[in-house]
Amino acid sequence: MTVEGTIRKHRGLLWMFLPCLLYFVIFHYIPMFGIILAFKDYVIGEGFMGSRWVGWENFETLFGSSDFLRALRNTFVISTLRLGLGFFAPIILALLLNELRWSGFRRGIQIVTYIPYLLSWVILGGIFLLVFSIDGPVNRLMLLLFDTKVRFLTDDLWFISLLVFTHIWQSAGYGAVIYLAALAGISPTLYEAATIDGANRWQLVRFVTLPSLAPTIVVLLILNLGLILDAGFDQIFNMYNPIVYDVSDIIDTYVLRHLISLDIGLSTAAGVFKSVVGLVMVVASNYLARYLSGDEYGIW
Amino acid sequence: MFYKRTLSGYLFDLLNLCFLTIVGLIAIYPFIYVLGLSFTTGEELAEGNFYLFPKRTSLVAYEMVLNDPNIRNGYLNAILRTTGGTLATLLMTSLAAYPLSRKKMPHRKKIVFFILVTMIFSGGIVPRYLLIHELGLINNRLSLILPLMLTAFNVIVLKNFFQQIPESFEEAARLDGAGDFTILFRIFIPLSKPILATIALWTCVLHWNQWFDGLLYITSDKKQILQIFLQRIVVENSVNRIRFGIQDLDMTMFSSEAVKAATVVITVLPLIAVYPFLQKYFIKGIKLGGIKE
Repeated sequence: MTVEGTIRKHRGLLWMFLPCLLYFVIFHYIPMFGIILAFKDYVIGEGFMGSRWVGWENFETLFGSSDFLRALRNTFVISTLRLGLGFFAPIILALLLNELRWSGFRRGIQIVTYIPYLLSWVILGGIFLLVFSIDGPVNRLMLLLFDTKVRFLTDDLWFISLLVFTHIWQSAGYGAVIYLAALAGISPTLYEAATIDGANRWQLVRFVTLPSLAPTIVVLLILNLGLILDAGFDQIFNMYNPIVYDVSDIIDTYVLRHLISLDIGLSTAAGVFKSVVGLVMVVASNYLARYLSGDEYGIW
Repeated sequence: MFYKRTLSGYLFDLLNLCFLTIVGLIAIYPFIYVLGLSFTTGEELAEGNFYLFPKRTSLVAYEMVLNDPNIRNGYLNAILRTTGGTLATLLMTSLAAYPLSRKKMPHRKKIVFFILVTMIFSGGIVPRYLLIHELGLINNRLSLILPLMLTAFNVIVLKNFFQQIPESFEEAARLDGAGDFTILFRIFIPLSKPILATIALWTCVLHWNQWFDGLLYITSDKKQILQIFLQRIVVENSVNRIRFGIQDLDMTMFSSEAVKAATVVITVLPLIAVYPFLQKYFIKGIKLGGIKE
């Protein structure tokens, strides 16, 4: 059939699909080509096509600037801490909840720990600034118990710890729900069979529950490794202050600052660098997961 | 359970219960504290032993926040974008999902791939900002709605749901002379209410929580959204902008902390209101997450 024939035959469907096509082209595909701005010296007046090609110059400037290197270091440190400490929190929470026999209580804990996932970091940041401020309840308690106050928001080390803690606080409940859904799918016959073989409670967790969770854990780990340069922009932007910039200025805040000062080429280059690293991490960790598990686990 | 009950097993259960209780308390405490804080008086806060519920309550903070013209505007704009955005998402997702769910749609698989790619690659914030700029949408409320109309995830989920509707429904309608649009709006959409409700709820939450687009694209206070005013008050610590709006302020009653807390509370309220409904649909959403083609 000719192209025109196909179009005429399915005109209803094609008309219906047109808005969707336009949407994805305009709001997703056109911005993808925007990454070529990383190789241009973009000047607002000259526009997208008119601006001068500069090759790798933006990237050279980027890696020559101590500001960007600092942002890169901070991003890496914060996201490694988030991944190292935060990745296992929902798994542990889900396993402990799963062992709980009192289902009403389990549901209560699930509901409570899940709430933060529904709220923006503007809201959560606001709450934490109030709770951890120098005169806030945590510091009043510190004063009462240890006769000292802690500068959670202005001390470099404490601030990073606070970022990691609040990240876990916000995301563990949501993560646990995903693992609990996977746990609910484990066939009871596995547990029955293991019990007949004489397995105790700990052995059931070790040899039935954990292996059944393994695919979910691997998939989420791969996805998280892809976010290795995402140190949590929403969270940091709504919690940091100039005193702790030295340890909390990350790639995303760097990009935003240069976007606002219309340093388009440089900020696009920083964004492109981040996306490329993320993509490489996902592909590499997926390859590794498949290699180590004998082609069993992976996201594709 | 299948295993034998042992003494150490009971001990573990007890410890587990205690530990999870502490986890639950840590999870809920910040919310209770902020709720209590929003009703405190300046006097009590100055005494420095407020942890949970105020001894004397005051509504001064709410009076100030709710009378602030910016907050009122912000609330209105947030409701506007949430309603508009959700309606746009429902309409657009239905229009996109129906053709993709029909076997006769030309190049169906390729188009699904074309949509899925957008889940993995994105141009980043700079090209996105420039696009909005080039479209002339800076400081236009549409800039808060248009870019969020469709997500690959929603389209695929609804497409999969449409595919489960028996073909006999469509065939019967065709015999009565119905076209694709009639079939979609008269048959498929009414049959898909639960899944559309799920998408609508999540879209509402998404829109209510969005703040970065307001920060980037909206330049006038008249069109600005609630989250940004909350950010100014709480994060940038500019309570004074509100304070000056009120005459005869009783300073023993006033506390800037309470004003911040009250702003947080009124922003959270609509989200807490939809939470019970989300609970109901949530597990369903996770199960749908397993995309199958």
